[in-house]
Amino acid sequence: MCKECGCGLGGGDVKIGGHSHEHGHEHGHDHAHGHDHHHEHEHPHGSKTLSLNLSLLEKNDRLAEQNRGFFRAKKLLALNVVSSPGSGKTTFIRETAAKLAGKLRVGVIVGDLATDNDAARLRTAGIPVVQITTGTVCHLDAEMVSKAAAQLDLDKLDMLVIENVGNLVCPADYDLGEDLRVVLLSVTEGEDKPLKYPPMFHSAQVAVITKSDMAAAAGFDRKLALQNLERVSHHARIFELSAKTGDGMKAWLDFLGERQAAVAAK
Amino acid sequence: MHEVSIMESAVRMAVDAAKSAGASRVLVLRLRVGTLSGAVPEALRFAFDVVCRDTIAEGASLEMETIPAAGWCPVCRAEFECADFISECPRCHNPNGELRRGRELEIASVEIN
Repeated sequence: MCKECGCGLGGGDVKIGGHSHEHGHEHGHDHAHGHDHHHEHEHPHGSKTLSLNLSLLEKNDRLAEQNRGFFRAKKLLALNVVSSPGSGKTTFIRETAAKLAGKLRVGVIVGDLATDNDAARLRTAGIPVVQITTGTVCHLDAEMVSKAAAQLDLDKLDMLVIENVGNLVCPADYDLGEDLRVVLLSVTEGEDKPLKYPPMFHSAQVAVITKSDMAAAAGFDRKLALQNLERVSHHARIFELSAKTGDGMKAWLDFLGERQAAVAAK
Repeated sequence: MHEVSIMESAVRMAVDAAKSAGASRVLVLRLRVGTLSGAVPEALRFAFDVVCRDTIAEGASLEMETIPAAGWCPVCRAEFECADFISECPRCHNPNGELRRGRELEIASVEIN
């Protein structure tokens, strides 16, 4: 895994919309799981064993469920967009929002280790956006998303797109409260990405092959890529498109329209 | 290295449970780690020593049980070994297996005194 990035060590560096936030500890422990669950037994030397049987991601999962409930109440379709760095997440999101203009109102939360370049790119296109700079943290978590979402006027949105940190490893374990996890695979990355990063591809409900306009130049083997995707994420909906030329975007936008209508009707 | 975040949660849970039980030390922390959990045992072990420092778990030992991944084939109605996320049943080649085990990332128990 990404042994260099020191994720979690520099938790205090997280900035949301340019302001520093204390990250991590203020939610404490509400002990919802109670101590009567603990099974104890004494050992002869005075120590004893407590059975806990808790998920280590329990706190994040709990906050993610809160986010999910909140987004549903606001009738928002929430997407968690993940990929390696440079797969074209920002262009894909910008073009999706631009082409939905007049039909669906899209807001974006962008996660990066540093800079607010991605947010600036989206803001220039007139899209409401909040940047989270994670410092050294290699993924977004549910708490960061909840704080960032509070800075958007959610009542004026139909869809919330969360652009995760470019990383195909760590974000796989962190539920953000999204309706759909969307993983991007650009044609320049190689057809075997799904086999190299199976946890991420397996966890996605939607897989999008991006930069399809460059497929020929990159020598992209489409059949092999689809085969690999289907092996690892057989349940996922697959789209192939170029955000730059607009080719293939219609099927993706129609799909979003259907999913948003389903969320709004609940 | 999300292993550090994960280990921070583990140690926090262990310390909270120990304090609630009136204990002053955490001696052993036992985890269950699935082979497809996305966390690397060596990285968890490395993080453990760092995050235990200056807590009542300092000096505790870490025991990790590896949970091998298993898929379930709806056609054969039987489990199969699943080395990666490829969910094709090795018997009938049905591609729609369902992952049953292997994503565990849990704190099983702590030993305290």
